[in-house]
Amino acid sequence: MAAVGIAFGNTTTSIAYVREDGKLEVIADPDGDRFIASALSYLGQDEYHGSQAIGQLIRNAENTIVNFRDFIGVPFEKIDTTYSQHSAKPINVDGKVGYEINGNKITVEEVTKRHLKKIAKDAEDYLGEKIEDVVLSVPENFTEEQKALLINLAKQSGLNIRQTISEPSAALLSHLTSEKELNNDKVYVVADFGGIRSDVSVIAVRGGIFTLLSSAHTYELGGNKLDLALMDFVAKDFKSKYKVDALGTKKSWAKLNSASIISKKTLSNVESAPISVDALAEGFDYNNTINRMRFEVVGRQVFSKMAAFIEDAIKKAGLETLDIDSVLLAGGSSNVPKIARNLEFIFPESTKIIAPSLDSKLPNPNELNSRGAALQAYLISTFDDDVIKQSLSADVVETKQLSKPIGLKGADGEFITVLPRNTVYPIKRVISLEASADDVFIELYEGERTIKETVEEPEEESEDEDEEDDDSEDEPDIIREVVYKPSKLLAQLALRGAGKGAKVEVVVNIRKEGKIQLAARSGKVASKGVIEA
Amino acid sequence: MSLPAVPADFKEDFKAASKFSEPLEAKVEPVGQYFLAHATRILQDRTWSEYEQIKEKKAREEASKQKKDDGDEFEDVTDPELLEHDPRDWKKCDLYAVLGLNKFRSRATRDQIDRAYRKQVLQFHPDKQGEKGGFQDGFFKIIQKAYEVLTDATKRRQFDSVDKAAEVPAPSKKSKYDFFEAWGPVFEAEGRFSVRQPVPKLGNTESSKQDVEEFYKFWNNFDSWRSFEFLDEDVPDDTSNRDHKRYIEKKNHSARRKRKTDDNKRLDALVKRAHSEDPRIKKFKQLEKEEKARKKWEREAGARQAAAEAKEKAEKEAAEKAKKEAEQKQKREKNKKSKEAKKSAKKKSKRTIRAAVKDTKYFGAEANASVIDSDVETLLSSLEFEPLVELGDNVKAAGDDAEKIKSLLLAAAKATGKSYDYFK
Repeated sequence: MAAVGIAFGNTTTSIAYVREDGKLEVIADPDGDRFIASALSYLGQDEYHGSQAIGQLIRNAENTIVNFRDFIGVPFEKIDTTYSQHSAKPINVDGKVGYEINGNKITVEEVTKRHLKKIAKDAEDYLGEKIEDVVLSVPENFTEEQKALLINLAKQSGLNIRQTISEPSAALLSHLTSEKELNNDKVYVVADFGGIRSDVSVIAVRGGIFTLLSSAHTYELGGNKLDLALMDFVAKDFKSKYKVDALGTKKSWAKLNSASIISKKTLSNVESAPISVDALAEGFDYNNTINRMRFEVVGRQVFSKMAAFIEDAIKKAGLETLDIDSVLLAGGSSNVPKIARNLEFIFPESTKIIAPSLDSKLPNPNELNSRGAALQAYLISTFDDDVIKQSLSADVVETKQLSKPIGLKGADGEFITVLPRNTVYPIKRVISLEASADDVFIELYEGERTIKETVEEPEEESEDEDEEDDDSEDEPDIIREVVYKPSKLLAQLALRGAGKGAKVEVVVNIRKEGKIQLAARSGKVASKGVIEA
Repeated sequence: MSLPAVPADFKEDFKAASKFSEPLEAKVEPVGQYFLAHATRILQDRTWSEYEQIKEKKAREEASKQKKDDGDEFEDVTDPELLEHDPRDWKKCDLYAVLGLNKFRSRATRDQIDRAYRKQVLQFHPDKQGEKGGFQDGFFKIIQKAYEVLTDATKRRQFDSVDKAAEVPAPSKKSKYDFFEAWGPVFEAEGRFSVRQPVPKLGNTESSKQDVEEFYKFWNNFDSWRSFEFLDEDVPDDTSNRDHKRYIEKKNHSARRKRKTDDNKRLDALVKRAHSEDPRIKKFKQLEKEEKARKKWEREAGARQAAAEAKEKAEKEAAEKAKKEAEQKQKREKNKKSKEAKKSAKKKSKRTIRAAVKDTKYFGAEANASVIDSDVETLLSSLEFEPLVELGDNVKAAGDDAEKIKSLLLAAAKATGKSYDYFK
């Protein structure tokens, strides 16, 4: 009996589990793919799945179903078929989305079931045991109905979904657990650039608990758009060489598309990659090498839109890029190094960009969702269904959080944050400080966010700008940073006889009802007080 | 980061200034261990500190368990006799001891054997021992032999069959011992040869009759895989003397068979002895006896009950009779008393009337005193109790009124219907 996490995406699906030694492993399908294409193709009586189905897109596009996940539980009238133009066309089956395969109508629900069954079987073959408990990651904007439907479909495919978690949380959970950073209070941007859609979420992590501050979703950005840009570039080149339209026929389109995807992926790892298609159009072959620089220029618009998209989401949360501690890049397209580099421009230096192109030790960003789901599956494997159900109830999930940070006033009048904004209480936090005198004074304050501006000598440093800037002229740059200042006094506590230079432990304990217990301790002396709610 | 000094004007120890700002209400993402901790806290309604204490306790328990689990697993071989053992005579060694698996013996898993072997190799490989002298070379050969035997299922069984160190002797008949303490390990050790697993446990005094019967049934029909190939005399593998080879083989074969029969006999005797000593068997027999007696007692219950009922009935009747008699007696006494009271009342009335007649000077006719007296006597003797008392009362009430008394007496005399001389 294994507990696994499944990340079911529009483009790829991956499945991970926690091994006995506590390490996470993403399961490969029989073809060796760890990102199994969410695609099904039918040729005569045969069903193809995964990369084999993708291969059918060239010859058998009308019977190949791709990009169907987001159609689950959506009425036919409301779907966007942009990404089904070069594969099986969605049709209306009793108001639901469906496909016509070899003259038979098949609903997207049935397609999903077949896909999940296949995935589950592959994983069971790999693990050599039955998969019982699954945590599934779903897009943050999936409705409750869609989730319920997906759980039901999974059940019919033999998978017991114990919990669904949102994709950004899954990715963040996976990253923070592997880095052992769950306990650090930070604000993260999780940018998930997928195949055909992109999602950005701003998440505050407080004491290991995630609060979603804002999110944005778009179908306008994704790996697909980069493919199209690359194809455009090739088509132009092809035309100039042979005077033939490389995108004229469906087949040549599909051929070029598949070659572009391969080259794009290769360029994430090396500086230059060949792009070659035999008999691209009218019998002419295409052979070329493209370097990363060229690719980045070709996809420039898409890249800058991605950066802007992230900024929008941050604005939506009522924050600035300055407030963001880290940006976690997830999704297959995040492998592209240019994305991370662009982000380094829009965020201040203090913000850490977490991307595989900047740190080669990181796991593939495409694995993050399934890894997070697997972690969650592992964590809840010892819990009863009842308990899980209760823990998802509003009583537990709806929390009271601090609207202002709470901290202490330091010796120099600075604000020492103990509990940042969005901290869920009840909570107890202990911090250790040095005593600057024999008797120390502990003042509990609420903090006020201020922007400190310092003028720097001209250096390669850009401010919030959307486009790439070639005009970094020699003018002084203003470095802005967020500084919290003590504003509202909550309580004062004196600890006498601590001794200069001694370590003082300050305990702030906020009870459920809002009562704050403030205590300080150093060696044998202690002092405490209560602020009633 | 450091804390400032207490300002001079702050005299007290603590001063609350204000509450913190209105909280935000927000949904959190249900992921991660900290969320689960949060959920547990909310669902069990625990405060932060309580939860921390519980968690700490759990962690401590976990840690101590962990320690127990992987505490010094394999012991080091220090026995010089074993270390200097002649590798040609390796069959005489305790192969488990060679690998430091003394604790586990036949329970050692393949994984444990592998790890123990690796540990020994690291220590005793000739490359490691080169400078320390020669004997470890021989011991290393024994280690390899031991590993070879213990990792081959068939060979391992053969070795386990004759593993002297794993044997637990039956308690000596002369010594005093607790049946369960002495026999439990014996059967546990013998159970390792069972083809059928799991082997039932000896149990304790509380074991049910069924369990005990099962236990002895199992042991009486014990199916053992024990075999004695390991003790075979080495068959010479040179082809020079075929007859000698066959002779040795034959000898081995018969020796094996003999040992097997002996072993079966031994086990049989062992089980019989345990059965005869088992306090539970005795107890069950005793219980059976008691049960029989109880059944007999129950069978006779009908008659006993009838007798008891008859006795009860008789007692009841006697009691009722006595009660009745007492009542009658009481009644009689009461009657007697009332009679006496009547008598005295009668006497009193008579006295009153006589006195009244006398006091009124015989109604003024003293001359007729004797006649009147006799008439009064007649009247009084002829009157019933009640009219007499009534008359007495009336006469008393009349007091000195002679005429009235006279008329009263006259009326009374008339009512009696007797003949009077004066009261006509």
